[in-house]
Amino acid sequence: MYRYDAYDQRAVDERVAQFRDQTRRYLAGELTEDEYRPLRLQNGLYIQRHAPMLRIAVPYGLFSSAQLRMLAHVARTYDKGYGHFTTRQNIQFNWPALEDVPEILAQLATVQMHAIQTSGNCIRNITSDAFAGVAGDERIDPRPWCEILRQWSSFHPEFAHLPRKFKFAVNGAEEDRAVIQAHDIGLDVIRNEAGEIGFRVLVGGGLGRTPIIGEQIAGFVPWQHIVTYCESILRVYNLHGRRDNKYKARIKILVKALGIEEFRRQVEAEWAHVKNGPSTLTEAEVARVAAHFVDPAYETLPAHDAAYAEALADNKPFAAWARRNVRAHKVPGYASVVLSLKKTGVPPGDISAEQMELVAELADAHSYGEVRATHQQNLVLADVRQSELFKLWQTLRDAGLATPNIGLLTDIIACPGGDYCALANAKSIPIAQAIQERFDDLDYLYEIGDIDLNISGCMNACGHHHVGHIGVLGVDKNGEEWYQVTVGGAQGNQASLGKVIGPSFAAHEMADVVSSLIETYVENRHEDERFIDTVRRLGIEPFKTNVYGKRQQERKVAHG
Amino acid sequence: MAKVIRNRSIVDDTRQTVRLAEGETPEGVALPTGPLLVPLAVWQARADELAARGDVGVWLAAGEGAEAIAAELPRLAAVGVHFPAFTDGRGYSTAALLRTRYGYTGELRAIGDVLRDQFQAYVRCGFDTLQPPEGRYSDEQLQAALASLGDISTPYQGAVDEPRPLWLRAQRGVAA
Ligand code: HEM
Ligand code: SF4
Repeated sequence: MYRYDAYDQRAVDERVAQFRDQTRRYLAGELTEDEYRPLRLQNGLYIQRHAPMLRIAVPYGLFSSAQLRMLAHVARTYDKGYGHFTTRQNIQFNWPALEDVPEILAQLATVQMHAIQTSGNCIRNITSDAFAGVAGDERIDPRPWCEILRQWSSFHPEFAHLPRKFKFAVNGAEEDRAVIQAHDIGLDVIRNEAGEIGFRVLVGGGLGRTPIIGEQIAGFVPWQHIVTYCESILRVYNLHGRRDNKYKARIKILVKALGIEEFRRQVEAEWAHVKNGPSTLTEAEVARVAAHFVDPAYETLPAHDAAYAEALADNKPFAAWARRNVRAHKVPGYASVVLSLKKTGVPPGDISAEQMELVAELADAHSYGEVRATHQQNLVLADVRQSELFKLWQTLRDAGLATPNIGLLTDIIACPGGDYCALANAKSIPIAQAIQERFDDLDYLYEIGDIDLNISGCMNACGHHHVGHIGVLGVDKNGEEWYQVTVGGAQGNQASLGKVIGPSFAAHEMADVVSSLIETYVENRHEDERFIDTVRRLGIEPFKTNVYGKRQQERKVAHG
Repeated sequence: MAKVIRNRSIVDDTRQTVRLAEGETPEGVALPTGPLLVPLAVWQARADELAARGDVGVWLAAGEGAEAIAAELPRLAAVGVHFPAFTDGRGYSTAALLRTRYGYTGELRAIGDVLRDQFQAYVRCGFDTLQPPEGRYSDEQLQAALASLGDISTPYQGAVDEPRPLWLRAQRGVAA
């Protein structure tokens, strides 16, 4: 992974000193609340329902065991002993004291971590494929490009106060695992026919209250020009994005208003001036960054480890876990392991300080000291020898990190919702829990198969509900918490936005509603058809009919 | 006398910013003597008269682009870019365009909600003169703010003040 040199370290240290002084001036009354807010946001600090919330960057989801140990230390010393992984591959702490934040950031800087631009109207943490560098379907490793863009966007003076937040995602594999179609800029690293590396560029995607799938603005931008091309997009947006209404301020609204053709014309006109300028990337710079992402010294191993095969045959729970939580690796004899942060009873994405320390230890023992965070709010040990999987599984199981549910109905994405978030219409965590409790039969879960269920506590869509096969959105009706349900959303190459099935539901109805949706699927599916495929084939009608028909009957019975 | 930061030092300043009050027209507004920044509309209405004075510049409101005064730049004594709120970042791009696209080399002044925590970004985008709101900072505070111009001492990306990104400026090591 990327290791700081003296320049990176200095920049982060200087930022800590700057924010320390800003916080001092705020506490001394020299900075007003309004003046301090954007500064603290660009250092990851929100003021939330109970306390400040600190969002720490995990650039493109990649971090080291030493960094994880530091996060455990922060959780224990400054928080209530746990942290929360987000859909943008970052980690949040919900209980730090504002006065402590400069010191927390100073400590994080000692392990090359920061909270820079994790919030605010600037270029945010760049997200990517959690399986970058190890996936079999990878064309080009996206990580060096993420790092180059991270450095370019950090403290960018021209884009420090954009109309609204700005999110990049980068994919380099056949199957998009970075949801690039739902980002302000989505980059697909590709090769052209001549074998040269470049980028397919999508723009104007995003979720939130106006969900939009990004449109292609360029089919191939050669790698040398990606910085100037992005700069041109940002400049057009900075000058012309709406600032009169924060709900219409994202770049997607500008792209829609102008139309992709006109937006492209403006970007190209700008680009004509800056293309080939000093920010044109050099081979030396790309090589310098890429050198941080070379493969570790993998051993030559048999493609199928005999002891592993034996353990799979002998031990059903282990086999169940391996089936869902272990992924093929590009190198024979290795595997990538997903650590589920979706145990029933634990808020999705939450992890305790003890678990963090254990994961750090396991990363050192089994995966070259590296860990990844997925946008589905789980963790990954990417480079595990097959021969060590059984031992690893035993340890993870004892620590509550081996729930064998990756990609299944209980692997729910959920935002913090009303339990923590001041913007929430409704709680998310108890809904996730009710669904997990309803579907506690593993065999049934396996039978249902691959499905994404995503929950957001309000239309800001932090829980990606629009792109869940089943999406749940908290809505407010006269001060009461209700939930609107969509089906048919999807991430990946065939990204789509879910359709609302009808009037919303009360919290206590939600597990039943999900049961009805699942029953509809099970009754109608063709062999080997996933939930989303059935929805695509049949449309939402049968799902709707079943959910509301059943509920009406039940209501009649209840009232009759 | 008002104080501004110019080229990284605190200096006394006499340039007045003219705003059109209710009922005043660009053609009719009475202009004081001495160095001025006038609204774009005033310049457009009376360019020759004002150019002849030799000490008049134009300030651009946040929605007004650099291209609006591109042709006039040689005749302007100064250009101001207004920040209606420090969180409105359009002026950063406007300044960058004035310097890089239109080759403007004269005084470029940030006016409006110009606060010390943004000073470095202003300078990086090509402003040489920073005018915080009157009375916003004490002399000591302004002095302290000068130091913040170097908060991030070696930025990664190129900008107006230093167009070369770090990769062209420095031989970077492999690890700290
Ligand atoms: C608890 C504090 C949080 C606050 C105050 C907050 C605020 C917001 C707001 C206001 C938006 C909508 C922005 C817009 O549409 O312009 C948004 C979107 C989003 N947030 Fe959060 N959020 C919080 C936590 C989270 C968490 C925990 C995650 C990850 C689990 C997250 C990830 C996202 C994502 C992925 C989106 C939507 C994608 C998009 O912007 O297009 N946020 N957030
Ligand atoms: S979706 Fe709404 S409730 Fe959930 S974290 Fe985001 S802003 Fe808060």
